Amino acid sequence: MVLQWWFDQAARHAGTKDAGAIAGPPRAWGLTVTREEWRQAAENMALGGGRLMSLWASRTIDGGHIVRAAFVADVGVLILSLPVTAFDTYYPGIEQSFPSASRMQRAIADLCGLRSTDADQRPWLRHAAWPASFHPLRDQVIPPPDAPAIDDYAFVRVEGDGVHEIPVGPVHAGIIEPGHFRFSVVGEKVLRLEQHLGYVHKGIERRFSELSLLEGHRLAARVSGDSAVAFSWAYCQALEGMAAARIPPRATWLRALALELERLANHLGDLGALGNDAGFAFGLAQFSRLKEQLLRATEFALQQRYLLDLVVPGGTRVDLSSAGAAGLIDCIQSIAAEVATLRTIYDEHSGVRDRFANAGVVTPALAARLGLTGLAGRASGQGFDLRCDLPWDPYGDLAPRKVVRAEGDVAARVTVRFDEVAESMRLVKQIVQQLPAGTHHVSVSAPEEGSLGIGLIEGWRGPVLLALEAGAAGKILRCHPHDPSWQNWPVLEHAIIDNIVPDFPLINKSFNLSYSGHDL
Amino acid sequence: MTALFDWLAQILGILAAVLAAPLFLGWVNQCRAWLQNKSAPSILQPYRGIRKLFHKDAVIAANASQLFRLAPYMVFGAMVTAAAIIPSVATRLPFTQAADAIALVGLFATARVFVSLAAMDVGTAFGTLGARREMMIGFLAEPALLMIIFVASLISATTALPRISELLATQSLALYPSLAFTAVAFTMVLLAENARIPIDNPATHLELTMIHEALLLEYSARHLALMEWAAALKLFNYVCIGFALFVPWGLATSQAPLALALSSLFLGAKLVLAGAGIALIETVSAKLRVFRAPEFLATAFLFAVLGLLVRLLLGT
Repeated sequence: MVLQWWFDQAARHAGTKDAGAIAGPPRAWGLTVTREEWRQAAENMALGGGRLMSLWASRTIDGGHIVRAAFVADVGVLILSLPVTAFDTYYPGIEQSFPSASRMQRAIADLCGLRSTDADQRPWLRHAAWPASFHPLRDQVIPPPDAPAIDDYAFVRVEGDGVHEIPVGPVHAGIIEPGHFRFSVVGEKVLRLEQHLGYVHKGIERRFSELSLLEGHRLAARVSGDSAVAFSWAYCQALEGMAAARIPPRATWLRALALELERLANHLGDLGALGNDAGFAFGLAQFSRLKEQLLRATEFALQQRYLLDLVVPGGTRVDLSSAGAAGLIDCIQSIAAEVATLRTIYDEHSGVRDRFANAGVVTPALAARLGLTGLAGRASGQGFDLRCDLPWDPYGDLAPRKVVRAEGDVAARVTVRFDEVAESMRLVKQIVQQLPAGTHHVSVSAPEEGSLGIGLIEGWRGPVLLALEAGAAGKILRCHPHDPSWQNWPVLEHAIIDNIVPDFPLINKSFNLSYSGHDL
Repeated sequence: MTALFDWLAQILGILAAVLAAPLFLGWVNQCRAWLQNKSAPSILQPYRGIRKLFHKDAVIAANASQLFRLAPYMVFGAMVTAAAIIPSVATRLPFTQAADAIALVGLFATARVFVSLAAMDVGTAFGTLGARREMMIGFLAEPALLMIIFVASLISATTALPRISELLATQSLALYPSLAFTAVAFTMVLLAENARIPIDNPATHLELTMIHEALLLEYSARHLALMEWAAALKLFNYVCIGFALFVPWGLATSQAPLALALSSLFLGAKLVLAGAGIALIETVSAKLRVFRAPEFLATAFLFAVLGLLVRLLLGT
């Protein structure tokens, strides 16, 4: 198989400067390739059912550039590195094989100044806050913005009789994150949606390189607040892998507990919000109450409502007491009964069902083509869950059940959430009851300069990837956090086609993608 | 002397309606919050909102025409006039005699035209979107409302609301199956016309789903206050039309102060029940897709026609 060949290649040359095992997730390999191999590898990955996890660029210690791509397949994780010299104006784009690569390549151009050969060269994360000649991850001094700073983005126009545009955002009527949506509609029917994101770019990747390796987890947890555990665990996984630290079992189990609590809190909140967006405010009130119960039990057990600081290098910040454990079990039991009742109400309410069913359909074929991932992917037949397919400690022992639906509509994404809530509640109970004894924290020393590590964690939204490179004197050379929203935002543009304008908020909410984690 | 007293009672009645309308809206919101297990806002909250808006400086789009400034006063005026025509407390007041139910429908239509034109005036995407949807709803709701009035008119052989109410309230107790069908139709029209769930969501913050709120997005300060007050008054008016047609008992047929006081008490009790009823309907329903709205209003029309047929064929 063509896909396997690249993994074999990496294994065969392991130990040379061009290939070897990558620290962090299980079965991860790295391989340095040439320009020709880069595109060939991407084609083979796409052909063999591999998934593009992330695409980013970093600098070597001697000032050169490297473009890296992370692929995940059943056999493992492959990190491809393409050195780019100052003489290469363009590196080969892989949009043909992976459509989601387009925006990542545009972001690389904005941040690092490396351009791909693909057609779409419009800026993506750069609006008008800094001049086009400045690249935050390459140049040191930040120049003042061009005057006058006009954000002139070339949207694709749809021509035709009766076609008109509805610009929405970045400032919305409700208090939500900023993003611009340009609808081309006929009457109420949407012909095309084009997104423009990047409004919450806050220079997180640049900020990382000013931090030391042992404190970066705190910033990682704040990349996207709803996925704090996933990102901070991914950071620690990369760091601990690079430092070859042995993490005590109790710590990994506690991290899994935190990850499942985060998944539960987000799913409960989303289920309520989905009801509300269908005009069923009763659902929001009830699910908000349940989420609040869970957050309070979480605070009692682990000292934080949202677990922003639980996962630290070497283990967890706090241990779970027996009182906290009992509180969690009680809470889960009372929530479980109410969720079951609410699920019946959602299932049997004709008005809610009518809004959910057949809205925003992403067929499995389209989902596979565009690389839809995570929760939304599992609702469109993409049965991929890192917890089951590439289990890291302790998920091998926990053996979570994978939830997959094939309908791909809002109803399917609601069903997947309900099923995952049930499964996560089972996991929380199992973890609390079988928590290994021992210490929950060991000390970790900073890894040596030049090493590369990867963190790969299935957050509630989908697989979260974090690439970490160690610099001199215990500093971070480069840290690239990647949210699954990068893959799923473009699919939302397709999900809305042929739906009606007022259904967009509901469809959007059923994906519930991150702005902050995407814009960085 | 009597005439003077009539006019005094009329003016007091209009003032009471205008002042009580936000209270009714507050009551509906309170009931809805309770039904959803939330702690409710104060029943006076709509007044606070209106007062706050009157204290703010108005911001008006540079390209807004006079129509945009004029619309809030026109809409508010139309609703006040409607409140004067509808026999909410007494049937023999001067204004209630002045116009019939068909004129009332026309009055609501006038307000709708103004608010929609004003929404399109500034030229934003949402205003046009809202105006388009509002006209669609109105175009379907008005025939249904007329049909409802025709059924009541057939029974009482007049299109004057006070005559209909008086006749239904004062005759010996009789059940009208035709009116039962019509009452269902009226409830549906009331929900649609007042931007309630299942047609529109008065509490939404999602600009793409709005109908009524989308029309008001460009308004601020006193203009917005008038628009919101007018919306509260419209809801109050519709509920009072419902009372006049279907539960007219307790309406004062004379101008005696005691009769008026008693009638006001009856009205208060009916409003309490009606508000709770609206909140209940809104809590148990989800919002319909916009394209289901025609089906919803067609059903309302069908119920009204059924009422008409029952009346014509069975004479009940």
